[in-house]
Amino acid sequence: MSAINVTGLRKTYGSLVAVDDLSFEVRAGEVYALLGHNGAGKSTTIEILEGHRQRTSGEVSVLGLDPGRGGRELRDRIGIVLQTSGIEPELTIREAVGLYGSCYRRTRPIDEVVAMVGLEEKVDHRIGSLSGGQRRRIDLALGIVGRPDLVFLDEPTTGFDAAARRRSWDLVRSLCADGTTVLLTTHYLDEAEQLADRVGVMVNGSMVAEGTPDELIGAAPATVVSFVLPPDSDRGALTAALPGLGPLAAGENGRVDFRSSTPTADLHAITSWALEQGIELHSLSVHRPSLEDVFLQLSTSEQTTNGEPEDIG
Amino acid sequence: MSGSFPSTAGLIVAQIRYQLLLFVRVPVGVFFTLALPLIMLVIFNALFGDVTVMTDGGEWPMRQFYTGALAVFAAVSATYTNLANMVPIRRDEGVLKRWRGTPLPTSVYVAGAVGSSVVIAAVGVVIMLGLGVVAYGLEVQADKLPAAIVTFVVGVAAFAALGMAVAALVPSASAASAVANATILPLAFVSNVFVAIQDPPRWLALIGDIFPLKPFVTSFQDAFNPLVEAPAFNWPELGFIALWGVGGAFVAVTRFRWEPSAGGTTRRRRARTPASS
Ligand SMILES: Nc1ncnc2c1ncn2[C@@H]1O[C@H](COP(=O)(O)OP(=O)(O)OP(=O)(O)O)[C@@H](O)[C@H]1O
Ligand SMILES: [Mg+2]
Repeated sequence: MSAINVTGLRKTYGSLVAVDDLSFEVRAGEVYALLGHNGAGKSTTIEILEGHRQRTSGEVSVLGLDPGRGGRELRDRIGIVLQTSGIEPELTIREAVGLYGSCYRRTRPIDEVVAMVGLEEKVDHRIGSLSGGQRRRIDLALGIVGRPDLVFLDEPTTGFDAAARRRSWDLVRSLCADGTTVLLTTHYLDEAEQLADRVGVMVNGSMVAEGTPDELIGAAPATVVSFVLPPDSDRGALTAALPGLGPLAAGENGRVDFRSSTPTADLHAITSWALEQGIELHSLSVHRPSLEDVFLQLSTSEQTTNGEPEDIG
Repeated sequence: MSGSFPSTAGLIVAQIRYQLLLFVRVPVGVFFTLALPLIMLVIFNALFGDVTVMTDGGEWPMRQFYTGALAVFAAVSATYTNLANMVPIRRDEGVLKRWRGTPLPTSVYVAGAVGSSVVIAAVGVVIMLGLGVVAYGLEVQADKLPAAIVTFVVGVAAFAALGMAVAALVPSASAASAVANATILPLAFVSNVFVAIQDPPRWLALIGDIFPLKPFVTSFQDAFNPLVEAPAFNWPELGFIALWGVGGAFVAVTRFRWEPSAGGTTRRRRARTPASS
């Protein structure tokens, strides 16, 4: 059964097309991460699913209901962490969690929620006196206080320190251990790699790639091999000796990076050549592209083909 | 699904309590709503308490005039001014949007905001009348109390609706406070709140007559005016106030927004701003 089903979703703001023919599915119990550059349409999509915005066209179903008119029944079963939203600064954490929790059918105890987000020490402090990251954790707390079946997390860990981020990852994992479905957006690729069962990459309102993190990385062109040639050695000689390698990226200070789809053979050729020449290759490394490499590649190439190049360095 | 939703009555009570808690934790609101009208009562009585005032009903002591008028002013501050200010602030903060994402029916949220403002209004009026009785010899006649109570109820309901209408129409919190003050303060001067204008110019009288504040003030004052016979119900005035209230409620319901307006300048006044947005 799918928790979320989106087919041909489109959303325009005036002449701007924010979401364009988007289709995807989130299965029950799954953690699904939406990735995309700033303005890709992630928040627009997620807020349509939450019932905060009306779609221009397309079909969406959330827990079997139409979020445009799901009403109270639906809102009782979902938890929402918006990208930006305020909270009454005059309340203490305890008061806020108690108050917001009181309108759900199945409420988690205040102390349990506060412990889940690691705010025990601040529970009787006014929210107005908390730091940005601490307030963000209250957003998380209020997103889970009603024991939701489905949680929307729009950049939930932005502004978190490293420990708080790990802790919220544990929180998400414990939620899905209980069978909760999670749809999250993030700009931290390691977060997606750590948490998501599946990832969807959005560029300019459309989905350009989808799959498990491993699938996405596996579909990427190649392994990256890099090393530094000693200053006195001749790059031309290397290319001449090993024509099979193809073009080599010319880096600073003799650094050479190349993508290889046959890393074993290429590495063998390079190291044999170096041994013959009596050269030591410094900083020799072979690594699998990370989700970040894949993401950068996808979003640059797509944006370029859409006539909207973006310099991502 | 397990369980059922909490009862609506219980939710409304919880919302009213929470709004009252927020109210008392914002000192500036408490000052303008409750303390300022009291200060005015003390000052006005010190200045003019012993003179008499001529109104349509005849000649009567100024202190009885002021107590009723400022009680109404407190009630209007608690409902109209308070809602018109606070609701847009909560909207700009993103608090309204957060509530709309919960299973709390939006009508219950509105009932909490309006209900709490009525409670504050009642507290303001009772304190005002109490001070009037204790310090300024105000006479409260039991047989005119029903009229006072009905007038209060109709008046605060209408002004709460008008406050919500302003909240619905203004783009941002800073615009809201300007609109609320720019409407109510000048109106108070031509509506017998601060001064009893005798033989006002026609246009001033007209302004007083087409807005609902003056009927509210005079109807409420009648319940404390020794020259007016019990039961002192002013039905035409009450009907006129109620009409304004219905108009306000219509605007509020049809035009209400839960999200900060896109591009609102005060949008982030007290809200968080994650780095990437
Ligand atoms: N209320 C709105 N009115 C007009 N345009 C909007 C509105 N909300 C979003 N947009 C536009 O729609 C596009 C998509 O915005 P959206 O907030 O969905 O992006 P996002 O993927 O969440 O970006 P980010 O990573 O920066 O949060 C952007 O170009 C944005 O300017
Ligand atoms: Mg966003």
